[in-house]
Amino acid sequence: MGELAVILIGALLVNNFVLAQFLGLCPFMGITRGYDTAAATGIVTTLVLCLTMVLSYPLYHAILVPLEVTYLRIIAFIAVTAGVVAASAFYIRTTRHALHQVLGSYLPLITTNCAVLGVALLATKPDLTLLETSVFSIGAATGFTIVMVAFGALREQLTHSAIPAPFQGIPIALISAGIMSLALMGFVGVGQ
Amino acid sequence: MVLSNQQIMGVFCAALVPGTAAMTWLWGWGVVWNLAILLCLCAVIEVLCKLLRQSPVTLTTFDVSTFVTAWLIALCLPPATPVLVLASAAVASIALAKHVFGGAGHSLFNPAMVGYAVALVSFPELLASWPGQAVDGYSGATLLSEFRYREGRTVEEFFDSQASAFSDQRFIALCFAAGGLVIWRLGLIAWRTSVGVLAGVTLCAMLGYDGGASTSYGSPYFHWYSGGLLLATFFVVTDPATHPRGHAQQWLFGILVGVVVFVIRAFGSYPDGIAFAVLFANSFTPLLNRYAERRKHTPEVEANRV
Repeated sequence: MGELAVILIGALLVNNFVLAQFLGLCPFMGITRGYDTAAATGIVTTLVLCLTMVLSYPLYHAILVPLEVTYLRIIAFIAVTAGVVAASAFYIRTTRHALHQVLGSYLPLITTNCAVLGVALLATKPDLTLLETSVFSIGAATGFTIVMVAFGALREQLTHSAIPAPFQGIPIALISAGIMSLALMGFVGVGQ
Repeated sequence: MVLSNQQIMGVFCAALVPGTAAMTWLWGWGVVWNLAILLCLCAVIEVLCKLLRQSPVTLTTFDVSTFVTAWLIALCLPPATPVLVLASAAVASIALAKHVFGGAGHSLFNPAMVGYAVALVSFPELLASWPGQAVDGYSGATLLSEFRYREGRTVEEFFDSQASAFSDQRFIALCFAAGGLVIWRLGLIAWRTSVGVLAGVTLCAMLGYDGGASTSYGSPYFHWYSGGLLLATFFVVTDPATHPRGHAQQWLFGILVGVVVFVIRAFGSYPDGIAFAVLFANSFTPLLNRYAERRKHTPEVEANRV
């Protein structure tokens, strides 16, 4: 139990994918203009991340390792991610109309979210069991979603402030993200 | 009694005086050095930023909260900190955390804590030595980090070995609490955030308390008066610009700060987590505000949404 809690807290906070490892910055900066899109992207990415993990873990340990072709894992994982994204895009388009309207063209871009590939690569370390891998990906995905939602709300509030002209838009978003990252630096050492 | 914003900030400064006097009495003039230099630096940066933003600089419109920010940073840093460290903290707080976000009242992150955190992660070794705690009576790590790395001693043994440092710390914390209680009685602070912080720390410390064995994380009482907890409880988390609106949200905000402070103190590498905890909770302030506004203004719109 303790081990799992350490993995969860590590992936969620200490090594948060966006604010501590700087993975997945493209959606973090690009899709957080509004709270709704940010929240939707976070939730769909969580879904994609977990599905990708469930598929790539057996792929890696049952096919790539026995055949000694682990150097192909990046290509293999990208293919899995693309497949999962295509499937979830189809599902969302056909059954979740409101969500599809919010996300629209951002949906396929989840394939190129490096956090997804990063989690897949980090979670297939040889010494992790399937349970630990799942806890790791759930932690990483939840951390991503929480950060996206908080940052979406933060950027909405920023639009109401009297920010000096040179800092409006992306600059102030980057400064805010920097301060959020500064806050997470305080967690260094937790779980070690 | 209705006070203007300027006057409220003046009262904040006055309420910080007893604690500052206690620190100066126990730790020497280094405390006043920090304070004097930071007050000057922050005022200069404030004026420069105002000029850059082409807003009028007059004595009556001068933002007194600049002095509160400077004062809080001065109290967080160890006495007689080098000027360049003070300057970096001042620039980070006044320019980066306040004026870039649109000036007084618009900052999303507590300016004082941004300044302190920037200095802390930039100069960790320089800021780790505090007076009065080590055997030679001059400098050493803070009580919190001594406590964390106490090498198998039980809490009681540790208290005996550091008795004078503990009584100093307690005295300073009490002086800040006295100032804090005054501004609370005057109704100038959102007390829910303050009580939330104390509740969060107490709850966590009680869950982790084991009667004071060598692996203990410390009693709630120890956590209350060590580090800057009481100072932050009354003067930092109550910054009106950066705590959320709405009562439930303020409770949540305070408890979040308290829990994070305890987690960093008990498990993290930094001895005290006040600055990080406040900035962490500040990141969620807009989200909490969002829920506060939604419930207040648009319940029927909310109900109609899928």
